[in-house]
Amino acid sequence: MAGMTVIVRTIARLLFPFTFLFGAYIVLHGHLTPGGGFPGGVIIAASVVMLLLAYGIERAQKRMGLLQAEVLESIGGVAIVVLGLFGLLLGAFFLQNVFPLGDLGQLFSAGNLPLLYLGVGIKVTAGIILIFYAMLFAFREEKE
Amino acid sequence: MSLDLLIQNAMLVFLFVLCLIAIELKDLLYSVIVLAGASITLAVVFFMLQAPDIAITQAAVGAGVTTVLFVIAISRTRRKE
Repeated sequence: MAGMTVIVRTIARLLFPFTFLFGAYIVLHGHLTPGGGFPGGVIIAASVVMLLLAYGIERAQKRMGLLQAEVLESIGGVAIVVLGLFGLLLGAFFLQNVFPLGDLGQLFSAGNLPLLYLGVGIKVTAGIILIFYAMLFAFREEKE
Repeated sequence: MSLDLLIQNAMLVFLFVLCLIAIELKDLLYSVIVLAGASITLAVVFFMLQAPDIAITQAAVGAGVTTVLFVIAISRTRRKE
């Protein structure tokens, strides 16, 4: 992508932190309000993809590089599996809750659900950004 | 027919019309933009059916990610059908 006009660039630069913050809110409040790991992760990924569309691939890779995205996706997947094995080792079933439940409606409550949503959010964010990078790099190799 | 149901049916008809326009347009970039509008309309319908989870996901994926994916694909190929 070569980049867009100055209007698109300015709006993308100003909107990036707010979009990122909204996605983080959706992920962290996944067990209290509508949303969760997948929609929040998609919104965070959309904020980086917006920079990619406006400025070109170099500026987006400064925010989140290819290796960084790959490592983050692996971390998300490992976090989900480790949380599941916690339940298997301490309780009875895979992904069973072993942490204290807390009060209903508080941010730190619902046992392992917030941690699980955090893992899903990280994995979805890195995965969708990797889809776009893979698409752009595949076209680039074809052209050479 | 209650007002809620009336608005909901009007939204569904509007969604159908937007999809038809997206199919019939010859400029693919306009077609993608109309498709994003159809996605937002579908998200509103989901919200009125009391599924805010699905509405958020539909708005983020349908209007955000797939639109950019289509725009990148069009920039690599031809714009006119």
